[in-house]
Amino acid sequence: MENPKIAISNLDLFIGKQHILKNINAEIPSKKITVILGPSGCGKTTLLKSLNRLTDLNPDVKVSGSIVIDDEDILTTKRDITDIRKKMGLLAQRPYPLPMNIYNNIAYGLRISGRKNKRFLDKRVEHYLRQVNLWEEVKDRLHDPAAALSIGQQQRLCLARGLAVDPDIILADEPTSALDPISSQTIEEKFIELKSNYTIILVTHILRQARRIADHVIFMYLGEIIEQGPAAQIFENPQEEKTKSYFQGMFY
Amino acid sequence: MPEMNLKKIEEGLFRVLMFCSTVIIATALFLIIFSILYKGLPSVSWEMLTSTPKGGFYFGKGGGVLNAIIGSLYLSLGATILALIIGLPLALYMNVHLIKHQKLVNGIRFMLDLLWGVPSIVYGAFGFTIMIFFGIRASLLAGIFTVTLFIIPIMVRSMDEVLKSVPRGLLESSLSLGSTKAETSYRVYVKQCIPGVITAVLLSFGRAIGDAASILFTTGYTDYIPTALNQPTATLPLAIFFQLSSPIVEVQNRAYASAVVLVTIILIISILARVFSAKFHKNKINF
Amino acid sequence: MKFRRIQIGRHLRDKIHGSWMVISLALVMTTPVFLLVGLSVKSWLLLEENSIFTLLFSKEWKPLSGQFGFYPFIISSVWVTVVALLISAPICLLTSIHLTQYAKKWVLKIMHPIIDILAGIPSVIYGVWGILVVVPFISNYLGPFMGKSVSGYSILAGAIVLSIMIIPFILNILIEIFRNIPTELSEASLSLGASKWQTIKFVLVRRAMPGIISALGLGMSRAFGETIAVLMVVGNVTKIPTGLFQPGYPLPALIANNYGEMLSIPLYDSALMLAALILFVVVMLFNFASRLVIIESEKHA
Repeated sequence: MENPKIAISNLDLFIGKQHILKNINAEIPSKKITVILGPSGCGKTTLLKSLNRLTDLNPDVKVSGSIVIDDEDILTTKRDITDIRKKMGLLAQRPYPLPMNIYNNIAYGLRISGRKNKRFLDKRVEHYLRQVNLWEEVKDRLHDPAAALSIGQQQRLCLARGLAVDPDIILADEPTSALDPISSQTIEEKFIELKSNYTIILVTHILRQARRIADHVIFMYLGEIIEQGPAAQIFENPQEEKTKSYFQGMFY
Repeated sequence: MPEMNLKKIEEGLFRVLMFCSTVIIATALFLIIFSILYKGLPSVSWEMLTSTPKGGFYFGKGGGVLNAIIGSLYLSLGATILALIIGLPLALYMNVHLIKHQKLVNGIRFMLDLLWGVPSIVYGAFGFTIMIFFGIRASLLAGIFTVTLFIIPIMVRSMDEVLKSVPRGLLESSLSLGSTKAETSYRVYVKQCIPGVITAVLLSFGRAIGDAASILFTTGYTDYIPTALNQPTATLPLAIFFQLSSPIVEVQNRAYASAVVLVTIILIISILARVFSAKFHKNKINF
Repeated sequence: MKFRRIQIGRHLRDKIHGSWMVISLALVMTTPVFLLVGLSVKSWLLLEENSIFTLLFSKEWKPLSGQFGFYPFIISSVWVTVVALLISAPICLLTSIHLTQYAKKWVLKIMHPIIDILAGIPSVIYGVWGILVVVPFISNYLGPFMGKSVSGYSILAGAIVLSIMIIPFILNILIEIFRNIPTELSEASLSLGASKWQTIKFVLVRRAMPGIISALGLGMSRAFGETIAVLMVVGNVTKIPTGLFQPGYPLPALIANNYGEMLSIPLYDSALMLAALILFVVVMLFNFASRLVIIESEKHA
């Protein structure tokens, strides 16, 4: 792959004595949607969370190897990790709106980095809410608590919130699993629009979703990468036995 | 960037404050126990622990606080047993019979939490009112009655917390084997939660033996070990309280010694309660 | 035949147990009613002769001439409670954040027993400690430091002792609250580039706010009703305290100290029962409000 956005080499991750990620070697292409697939418990969420070092939150975690993002190994860098995290937005399985109103949810990331100018914030908030098709729905109640929105709206809000800090990369951990079909569709369509400007890494266990939107696929099983490559190639012509079985629905 | 430094300084400052807070709390405990032991241990003697006050005790002469030790034990045991008889069935009722009526159960829990907050002196004043009404003198019986009222919310809620965690499947299995609800309660739930129930009992006993305000009016005080329920009783907390207000140093020292006895009892109960609580948590994982 | 008798026996036992359970339920649920009625009935005599407002706000406490003004006692109670809360609230908040967000596991392991033991220490022991350590500290060090010569038996002594007593209570609730916040919320904030401290300040504390307020409310009502420990160090002088180093006479202490004379002076017993009633009502209201806040906030989470 030419100039991958993220290059992972020999990544091993242990939680306590359990070997969760086993010798991961992978490349994530820039400005494409990469889907990490696999049955429950295969480590895909852990792999995702290690990319912005959220795994640091768990005191029993031990990591070795390298994760190079834009020529910087984030595992050994001397830079403050909060700077690195800003490069990547995270969308979780369930929406987690911050305990503030709608406006402040979007403005939070900006305020944290020191932007205080009200007009600037107003413009950014509107911009990102429009990007996720929420603006028309909430423009009259920007100061209502975010918790009052429906789950589909909340997830879009979280997406807008993540975009507001201007990341390069969007990490999404089964982002539609709590949503109804229509909201799910909206999120998927958003991702397709967004990939022209962002590198998107999506974890999902919904095969059909992967088929719909993936450009690049990484298939994992029990902590190892079994197969990875362009989506068309993997879906049409899987090489490994396990990959074939998974697609045939043999294990979920 | 100077702004970044400001944030770092703020974080650093708070981390120091947080650390200090934690240390303050730990230090407070050691300070309390240490000061009690320091003042009281020298005066603890075999005579102190095993004899009742002799003549002139309150002027510094011979005797001990056995009356208070035994009195406290009688009182607390009585109250704990009575609270158990009323409280355990209630806790079981909430978790077994009323399992379909979660709103009602939550209402009961709310009420119990409110009762838990009632100061012991209010129970004491109430107990006193009842005593006058029924013409009972200050006695062991009145004291047991008042303390029971006081510890029932504690006992029920502690047991309820433990019983709450029994998985519904166990209840269903037991009933489908043809057990009655009472049998399920006592033979299944209690057995499953025995360590937790014991912890609740110990906790309540500890509260009962240490409280002074509820028994101030209702139990009286005496130099003798009570032989019947209608006699007044001495108790450790009151022994400490009364002796401390004496101007005679000898007597004050005995107050400190009694405090050592009380603290020791409480520490033993705390340790036992932790041991049983740990046992309970070990078993929980099986589900 | 025997089988049937066993069956009847089992069902009978079930019925008996069931009935006893319902009786227990009824007994316990009606306790607050009994408390309210019992105390009110006894206070009635006094209330017949004086309006509740005069009683609450009058400053004259002369039982022998039939004057029962509760104001000095109420003010003392308020002082001691508020100062105790001012001392313990920051300590509890800081410690709970430290233990749940920053400290290593072994620190928590040690602190848990410490907090539980502190919670179990009887009131009278706190009182003894207060007399041994706090009162001399105030009279020998703190007082002179502030330029006053005081006996040490004061509102401040009561507040210090009280604050240590309510710390384990408030702390346990706060730890529970912080533990129950889903980690994903922290993750969301961190992914936006916030530092750990910023996350705590702007997200976690906000989220925990209703719980924090209730914990403090519950702590306050606990402090308001505490009797023996405060009584032993607060001085018990019937006048309105004008400073922290002055003695005070909180409501529970009033009841506890005077039960001996209760029956010999007319209306004195009514007055003390009224004091108990006031205590009961105030504490219940605070508890009710605090617990309601928790329930409402859990509904919206």
